[in-house]
Amino acid sequence: MGLTITEKILANASHNSKVAPGDVVIADVDIVMAHDSTAPLVVEGLHKIGKKVFDPKKIVIVFDHFFPPPSVDAARLHQKVRNFVTEQKIPNLFTEGVCHQILVEKFVSPGHVIVGADSHTCTEGALGAFSTGLGSTDIAGAMATGKCWFKIPESLKFDLSGSPGKGIYAKDIILEIIRQVGADGSLYKAAEFTGDYVKNASVSSRLTLCNMAVEMGAKNGIIEADGKTRIFLGRDGKILKSDRDAVYEDEYRVDVDKVEPQIACPPTVDNVKPVINVEGKAIDQAYIGTCTNGRLEDIEIATKILKGKKVADNVRLLVVPASTKVYLDAFDKGFLQEIIKSGGIICNPGCGPCVGRHEGVLAEGETCISAQNRNFSGRMGHPKAEIYLASPATVAASALAGEIVDPREHI
Amino acid sequence: MRVWKFGNDVNTDLITPGRYTVTTDKTKLGKIAFIEHRPEFAKEVKARDIIVAGKNFGCGSSREHAPVAIKAARISAVIAKSFARIFFRNAINIGLPLLVCDEVDRIDDGDLVEIDFQTGKIHDRTKGVVLDAKPLPDFIQKIVEKGGLVNFLRSEGYL
Repeated sequence: MGLTITEKILANASHNSKVAPGDVVIADVDIVMAHDSTAPLVVEGLHKIGKKVFDPKKIVIVFDHFFPPPSVDAARLHQKVRNFVTEQKIPNLFTEGVCHQILVEKFVSPGHVIVGADSHTCTEGALGAFSTGLGSTDIAGAMATGKCWFKIPESLKFDLSGSPGKGIYAKDIILEIIRQVGADGSLYKAAEFTGDYVKNASVSSRLTLCNMAVEMGAKNGIIEADGKTRIFLGRDGKILKSDRDAVYEDEYRVDVDKVEPQIACPPTVDNVKPVINVEGKAIDQAYIGTCTNGRLEDIEIATKILKGKKVADNVRLLVVPASTKVYLDAFDKGFLQEIIKSGGIICNPGCGPCVGRHEGVLAEGETCISAQNRNFSGRMGHPKAEIYLASPATVAASALAGEIVDPREHI
Repeated sequence: MRVWKFGNDVNTDLITPGRYTVTTDKTKLGKIAFIEHRPEFAKEVKARDIIVAGKNFGCGSSREHAPVAIKAARISAVIAKSFARIFFRNAINIGLPLLVCDEVDRIDDGDLVEIDFQTGKIHDRTKGVVLDAKPLPDFIQKIVEKGGLVNFLRSEGYL
C-alpha cells in the first residue's frame, strides 16, 4: 500500500519507515510559530514548563493581529512577548506582515513539519510541507521539546480539473469545495489538492486553496511541490509525491470550468452561493488582504478592476498587503497608487480588520464584503454586522458598485 | 448540574470574540465567555454546569482563550457530537474535560445532568435517561489522566 505526501512527511519526521491513519506519532518539527494574539499564552505555558526553547532559530514570532498596537492592553502583550524573545535570544521577530506570508517568504521548504499557533497554518501546505494549526500550550510544548504528537490523519483527495473561466479564481474554487463538503467535511483529515488545475495554478493561488482547508475542519491542506514551488521559494527542500496506490478515505472531483463566482454568506463559511444570487446587497466596507488573498496577484487583480474608476460613496475600501515584500512589489508596479486614486485606503501589512481589532471595525447593521476566510458573527466588529467572503475581483467590483456584484462584467 | 445547550458549529468567535481576547487574564476571560452570543451565560453560570452542543464545537480560530474562558467560567465538561480538532487539543491540554456523544439531541437546555467520568455515563436526571459517551483514544486518555500536556510531557521525560 502506498503513502500520501502527508503520511510520508510525518513518517520521516517521526523516524518511522511507514505510518498509517490512526497511528499516533511524535514528530520532530522544523518551524514553530506564534503571533501576537497567541504568543502571550505560549509565553505563560513556557514559564510553566520552565525550559528554554529547543532551538531559537526555529522559533518564529510575528506581530500581525494588532500591530502597531491599537490599545494599551495590546501594547502590553507586545511588550511581554518582546521580553520573551530577548530573554530566549530568538532571532526571528517580525512586524512586517501576516505570519503565514512571512513563513512562506522566509522559512518554509517542501517536506518540512510546521506548527503554528494560528488555525490558518494549513496555508503553508501549499508548498509541499505538513503544516498545521495548534493552540498555545501545544506550541509551548513544541518550543520546549522540538517535537509534537500527531495522529496520522486520513486523507481526502480533491481532484480539480479544467481551466477557470474569466473572473474565476482560486477563492471561488475553494468556496465551491467548502459548499460541497461543509464546515466539518474534512474534520481531522488531510485535504490534498491535485489535478491539472492545481498544477497550472500559481503558487499564490495554491496558497489560497490550502489556507481555507481549516474552514472545512481539515488538519492540514497539502499540495505536491514542483518546479514552480522551487522557483517561488528560491530554495530546495525534500519534494515528496503521493504514491499512485496511496489510500484516500474519499475523493472529490471539481470541474473548474463549471465554477462560477462564489460568495460565502453570513454567518458561516459553508453558506456558499453563486454571487449572482446576492447581487444588489448594499455594502459599507470592502476589504482585500489577509493570509487568504493579500498577495501581489490578488492586489493586481483588484487594481485592474479599480484603475481609473471611483469607489462608491459611503463605501470604505481597505487594502492590506500580506507582507512588506508584497507592499513594496505592489508599489513598484504602481498598483497601490491606482488603488489610492480610486479612493481605496492602504494599511500596513498584517491581518488588517479581519479579526475586528483595528483598521476597519464594523458597526451594528453594517455589511462588509471581504477577501478573508471567515465570516462569523462578531468577527469584524458588532455581532449584528454582516460579512460576505469572496474573491478580490468580486470585492473590488462590489466596492465600485456600492453593492455586491458579479465581477465578470467588470473585467 | 445545569445544561447550557448550544447548536452545531459553535465557533471560537462566538465563544470568545477576538475583540475581547487581548488579554491572558483568566478571570477576565471567564467573564467574556459567549459574551455576545449568549450574554446571560457568564452572569448565570454556576460552578460545575455543563455545556452540551452539536457537531464541530469550537471550530475557527486556534485561540486557546476559548477553552480557557469556558474553564474559567467553572464549566465542568463540554459534551458534543464532535469537536473541531484544535479546540479539542486545547481543551485536553489545559484540563477541560470533553465528552463525545452521538445522542446529545436527547438533552435540552436547562436539564440537570450528572456525568460519571470513569464510565463515560451521562445521566440526564430531568429526562430520566442515561447516555453513553465514546471513550477517548488511549493516547489522549493518558494526557487527560496526567492533567494536561505539560504534566504529560514531564512524566514521559520530554522535559
